Amino acid sequence: MALFKKITSIKKLKLIANTIRQDVVKMLLEAGSGHTAASLSLADIFAALYFNILYHDPENPNWEGRDRFIVSNGHIAPVIYATLANAGYFPKEELSTLRKLGSRLQGHPHRGTLPGIENSSGPLGQGLSQAVGMAIVAKTEKKKWRVYCLISDGELQEGQTWEAIMLANKHRLGNLTVIVDRNNIQIDGYTEEVMPLEPLAEKFRAFGWNVIDIDGHNIKKIIDACEESKAVFERPTVIIAHTVPGKPISFMEFLSEWHGKSPGKEQAENALAELERERKLIMEED
Amino acid sequence: MIISDITKPSDFKPTREGVGIALAELGEKNKDLWVLCADVTESTRMHHFAEKFPKRFVEVGVAEQNLAGTAAGIAATGKTAVISAYAVFSPGRNWDQIRVSICYNNVDVKIHASHSGLNVGPDGASHQALEDIALVRSLPNMVVLSPCDYLQAKKATYAAIAHKGPVYIRTAREKSAVFTTEETPFEIGKANVYRDGDDVAIMAHGLMVYESLLAAEKLKAEGISAAVIDIASIKPLDRDTIIKYAKKTGFVFTVEEHQVYGGMGSAVAELLSQNYPTKMYIHGVYDTFGESGSMKELFRKYELDADGIAKKIKSVLK
Repeated sequence: MALFKKITSIKKLKLIANTIRQDVVKMLLEAGSGHTAASLSLADIFAALYFNILYHDPENPNWEGRDRFIVSNGHIAPVIYATLANAGYFPKEELSTLRKLGSRLQGHPHRGTLPGIENSSGPLGQGLSQAVGMAIVAKTEKKKWRVYCLISDGELQEGQTWEAIMLANKHRLGNLTVIVDRNNIQIDGYTEEVMPLEPLAEKFRAFGWNVIDIDGHNIKKIIDACEESKAVFERPTVIIAHTVPGKPISFMEFLSEWHGKSPGKEQAENALAELERERKLIMEED
Repeated sequence: MIISDITKPSDFKPTREGVGIALAELGEKNKDLWVLCADVTESTRMHHFAEKFPKRFVEVGVAEQNLAGTAAGIAATGKTAVISAYAVFSPGRNWDQIRVSICYNNVDVKIHASHSGLNVGPDGASHQALEDIALVRSLPNMVVLSPCDYLQAKKATYAAIAHKGPVYIRTAREKSAVFTTEETPFEIGKANVYRDGDDVAIMAHGLMVYESLLAAEKLKAEGISAAVIDIASIKPLDRDTIIKYAKKTGFVFTVEEHQVYGGMGSAVAELLSQNYPTKMYIHGVYDTFGESGSMKELFRKYELDADGIAKKIKSVLK
């Protein structure tokens, strides 16, 4: 068994995130539709998870001892697929089949079709319940694996998410770490205008959770926060990861119009040029 | 004789009890069996399991969406999870979660939906599920079972747990006649012929099977020979038996505690219209809500008791 080797160099992890972003842009150009903004902004969290935080084995995706990573907001499929391919779950060439007939890379992830996908998702608000179910089993049977779950901020407007938040507290799920992609946008605009979520950290605390607030683009902070969550035994942890939608593409950042559309040829070329410049800057770091 | 004398039922018990007792039995050997409830543990008879296996029982509170999702997560780790609630709430409230988290994931979750149909009685229309079969029957990967008595509910539960993948088990609140026996067969995808006949084939599920057997006896006195077939497996249907009796009688009469749209009658009509077009009548609740009353009063009013079924058959056979 080839347990995945953790990469500890932040510089290397930043380069992996950059590669994932370039793959995301290419995939979305080829597909002609898909969700660009959050797929790009989550690359740092995905690089940290799959190349440092998670215990997993791409050669043996169903290894019983793996950490479970549930993605609730399935529309960010491009960043999941790009990360899984870069981690070695399937050939990178397959990335160009995203959203096409006969592809294992469905528009939203499907459990059982592609190795490494733990849950089918798409309709928002369903992932956390499944993560809680897994964590209850792991706690009851004293398993060593942990459960990680990514949710978007928009799906905190779904009642089911709060049902699951309550159940995680009831069972004192110290083996559960939830990451909220706090990018402040949703399809109809800014979350605080569509349906205010703040004060979000206080809400989680009131529901009995350990709360960690971080910059979701700071890979070191993402790793540290996940490490801290492992040390909290009696409570589930939520990491509120503040991200900039579309980051780091200058003409996409913060624009909700990029939530649900893919780039055209020229936009993709410009985005890739920006990512190449970012890559050079990372290379120059110590 | 695969059933007992219908004039002398061996007992009167609710079908929901059969599911509860079977799960408590199955939990002994099957250490991967989990049960989840949403604040209706005793009334869906899951206390039998919960008291014996508290570590494998999860109470989620009044939260049916989370009930389905948590079960999907438990099952994704290799377990078999049973969710138990009233049919109006599950699949009524959580159909999206059953569709995506359970059926699209294709995880081993069983949905026990008690309190289906008019037999719920005094609680009234809000609690009488008459649409649930239409909801679950349309879902890929789903098996749909509706047992006719306590003993069959037990067997259906054993069969559902042995089957890998989502299964819906529909049960009733009210006590009803136990008229099948330990020897009566039960198999997913198989219908049971309890009474042979030549003029009409009555196809029923749930509590309507016993009423249909009584109705067939009444029809006999009037010179009408009615077969009675138990369609406990609504999905998959027993294609061969249904077509065989369509051929034999030339008239299929379906009856169920469900809307006439989208239930077992619709399923039989879909099968026959494309394979052996046969004259049919789909009996049930005709696009209305139920209401308060005792089971007996409601069955009489909605012509779902033996007299009502016999009367309906006579009127449509003419």
